[in-house]
Amino acid sequence: MNSKEITTQISEAADSLNLKKWDYGASLSNDYSVQVDKGEAKQLKASQKQILTIRVWNESNLVGITTTSDISESGIKKALNQANIASDFGNKNERTEFSPLAKVPIEVKDSKKRNPVGIKKLLTLLREAEVRLLESHESIKSVPYNGLSESFYERVYANSDGAFRSHTKSQAALYLYARAEEKNKKPRSSGSVKLGYGVEDIDIESCIKDASNKTISHLNYSSIKTDKYLICFSPESFLTIINAFSSMFNARSILDGVSLSNKNSIGEKLSTEALNIYDDGLHVKNISSSPFDGEGTPTKRLCLINKGRLRNFIHSESTARIFKTTPTGHAGLGSKVSVSPDWIVVEKSEKNSDLKTLLDHSTYKGEFVYIEELNAIHAGVRASQGSFSLPFDGWLYKNGEKISIESATVAGDIKYLLKNIVNIESRQEVTTSGISPHIWVNELSITGDG
Amino acid sequence: MLSSQIKSNEIVFGSCNKDLLEEIIFYGIGLGADFVEIFIENTDNSSVLAEEDFITSVSPSFGKGAGIRIFKEKKDGFVSTNDLTKHGLMRSVTQAIEMLDIVHNKKREVFNGLNKLRDYSSYKKKWINEVPSIHEISEKLLVSTKSLKKNNKVITRKGSYSRNLQEVIIASSDGTYVSDIRLHQTVGLNVIATDAQYRSSGSRRFGSSGMPNEFRLWDHEKAANEVFESSMNMLYADYVDAGQMPVVLANKFGGVIFHEACGHLLETTQIERGTTPFDNKLNEKIAHESVTAIDEGISEGSFGSLSVDDEGMEPEKSVLIKDGILKKFISDRAGELRTGHKRTGSGRRQNYSFAAASRMRNTYIAKGEHSKEDLINSISDGLYCKSMGGGSVGATGQFNFAVEEGYLIKNGKLTNPVKGATLIGEAKEVMTKISMCGNDLELAPGFCGSISGSVNVTVGQPHIKVDSITVGGR
Repeated sequence: MNSKEITTQISEAADSLNLKKWDYGASLSNDYSVQVDKGEAKQLKASQKQILTIRVWNESNLVGITTTSDISESGIKKALNQANIASDFGNKNERTEFSPLAKVPIEVKDSKKRNPVGIKKLLTLLREAEVRLLESHESIKSVPYNGLSESFYERVYANSDGAFRSHTKSQAALYLYARAEEKNKKPRSSGSVKLGYGVEDIDIESCIKDASNKTISHLNYSSIKTDKYLICFSPESFLTIINAFSSMFNARSILDGVSLSNKNSIGEKLSTEALNIYDDGLHVKNISSSPFDGEGTPTKRLCLINKGRLRNFIHSESTARIFKTTPTGHAGLGSKVSVSPDWIVVEKSEKNSDLKTLLDHSTYKGEFVYIEELNAIHAGVRASQGSFSLPFDGWLYKNGEKISIESATVAGDIKYLLKNIVNIESRQEVTTSGISPHIWVNELSITGDG
Repeated sequence: MLSSQIKSNEIVFGSCNKDLLEEIIFYGIGLGADFVEIFIENTDNSSVLAEEDFITSVSPSFGKGAGIRIFKEKKDGFVSTNDLTKHGLMRSVTQAIEMLDIVHNKKREVFNGLNKLRDYSSYKKKWINEVPSIHEISEKLLVSTKSLKKNNKVITRKGSYSRNLQEVIIASSDGTYVSDIRLHQTVGLNVIATDAQYRSSGSRRFGSSGMPNEFRLWDHEKAANEVFESSMNMLYADYVDAGQMPVVLANKFGGVIFHEACGHLLETTQIERGTTPFDNKLNEKIAHESVTAIDEGISEGSFGSLSVDDEGMEPEKSVLIKDGILKKFISDRAGELRTGHKRTGSGRRQNYSFAAASRMRNTYIAKGEHSKEDLINSISDGLYCKSMGGGSVGATGQFNFAVEEGYLIKNGKLTNPVKGATLIGEAKEVMTKISMCGNDLELAPGFCGSISGSVNVTVGQPHIKVDSITVGGR
């Protein structure tokens, strides 16, 4: 069944069940991936998947929902029936409606959809990449985690009010995670991930180079003394922190009492005036961009922090109604609708005169800790309390030399971190989760074995 | 006539599918596969969320799908699909064969048909009618969240329930033919408490497998008291000072340290990748002699228990470490093929869209002879980790996990609560530092995410003492 046929099926089945108001979201995908082990194919995967989520409104205007992978005529009928039964338990205290923007025209840009290259080509490319990574340095003994994949999918939103949105796209991903070993030393690992609209868009060469350089750079390692240090966050690690505490910008989290912000926080000073943060799902570099959210609301660029002050929250239909504003295109589709950021863009504002611009990760000769990548976010972040204690991969820079740090954690408080930003470098870098320059923060606690 | 024709051309749960499954396996073997495995599932799930004094979400879901795996020598091709028709399954086999670049040759594996069905589901078919209704679940969750409101410092109260019912059929070219029904229920309580600038949270999750009545029997009042007390104890806690120190890890979910630090490294997938320091260490000492560790799938009702694994093998009780000596790895079919370690009934997957991999089930450190007090009394300056959060292990055996509720130990006594602690270390090193095991083994449910998705597991241990570990803090 294609998306038009699904909509017709749901409409007819809803009529037969006397359900006047409904909407649905669907995802139909085909994925192909390969893994290799020392030049040999290890696992080759293909999957065809369809997921349908249907919401119905009962006579009391309460919402019920059901999700299914059975998109047959009988599956759709069963899903509508179950959603109708679930609507008896719909939330009376927070009504859900269609997004007022679900029918607003969207200018659909070129989706840059690519054609599949096929499993054999994926395998050939990954084999070559593995060989070249192994050959890049004698200490690299294996590439234990690797994969090359391509996905083709269609996302659909439609409702009984006549809204219909469909978006098809393709995406490919390459990850190479190498392991290096030297005599009398502990093994060290690092890696790189690259995304593209299709396999031909992926910069395989730079993925190999990044994975090799990162892994080798950790071979010369040492423990670090527990203390407070000047920190330089890589673009990737700073975005990880911002995403981990994105409940600060999230209206759903505020209503649920799990955010550090509250309804009146707009305008609050969170950081140095030099910091701007946007959510920009439509950014040209966002490979995963989608023109609409789970409720059919168009995706848009939204300023979250401007010159250090909180400017906007991200919303679903229901949170926007409660906050007396409009949905922002950040909703999922659920019984209780989730809200989440798309693609964070961090930049230096024009009010940046108080920054210590001499702090540049490529030239600064003083002592600092460079945090390349933060790990175990699910375990070490207390978003509702603002605290974090996270293992990381990185280096101690001292007297112009860098030494990889063995087994250490960085701990702190997000509000403290934002208020103690001392430099925002000028050059932004694109990562898989957004765009950011290097960010310098004064005095965060590092725990090590030294 | 029409009815039987339709049935023979599509997998139908509750009917005999043997002929169709054999036809598909014959087809795969005929095309040159060494081994063909078909995993088919039908799911019926529900989740309910109570916030404060209201039900805010009821989310049923259902679905079906098949995962087909073809082996040729040591490589495998895996295809998943929602299409359970004969045509859809044949197409998936063809796709897997093509992916593996298998060419017809004269030497073919022999498929002698499927064995008699091993039906583990017969007494479980009634479960769907015995599990609590949404109405019953909602009422109990609301009573539970009400029980959390013990003072005005509690500002957020949540109760969540989830039920997963999975019906599976597993058939493979070695004759394996199995059907089973799995039931998992979990319930969790969470609070956030505040007082002026102070903020804390508390949470607990409970879970069972194969026990339709378990939620009804769940002591929500006791659970609510535990969660509330934890949040109050931690509300005014200071941040822990970082450093190296001895720690005592509480029983139940404290077992996550073994799960993360050692258990994952004993899965054959880690041998395949060359990422475990314990490869080639069988019958060698890898842990302190006080440590005996077990992985099994047979404890009645435990969250990680199963009648049969996702490759059709009954789970065994595997003694992984005996008195500090490595005795066994956790293995699945691919693990046995690629590493030589015999299967242990540990081939597991989140659902049909994942190929099975060697995964832990109920994994715990066996009880020792000490009391909890013995352990704490033996430390002059250290940390007691009463409640653990999640954790992870990296490609080189480095692990980390968060301490949700911790207390300082001073001169053999528990003193102030502390927050913000993270335990980090190397698997190989920490296992040699577990010097004392208590006599109070208990298990706790959890979810483990890895190569074959998120699976239900149990972690467990008695109270244990680790002589020295890095505690991250401020």
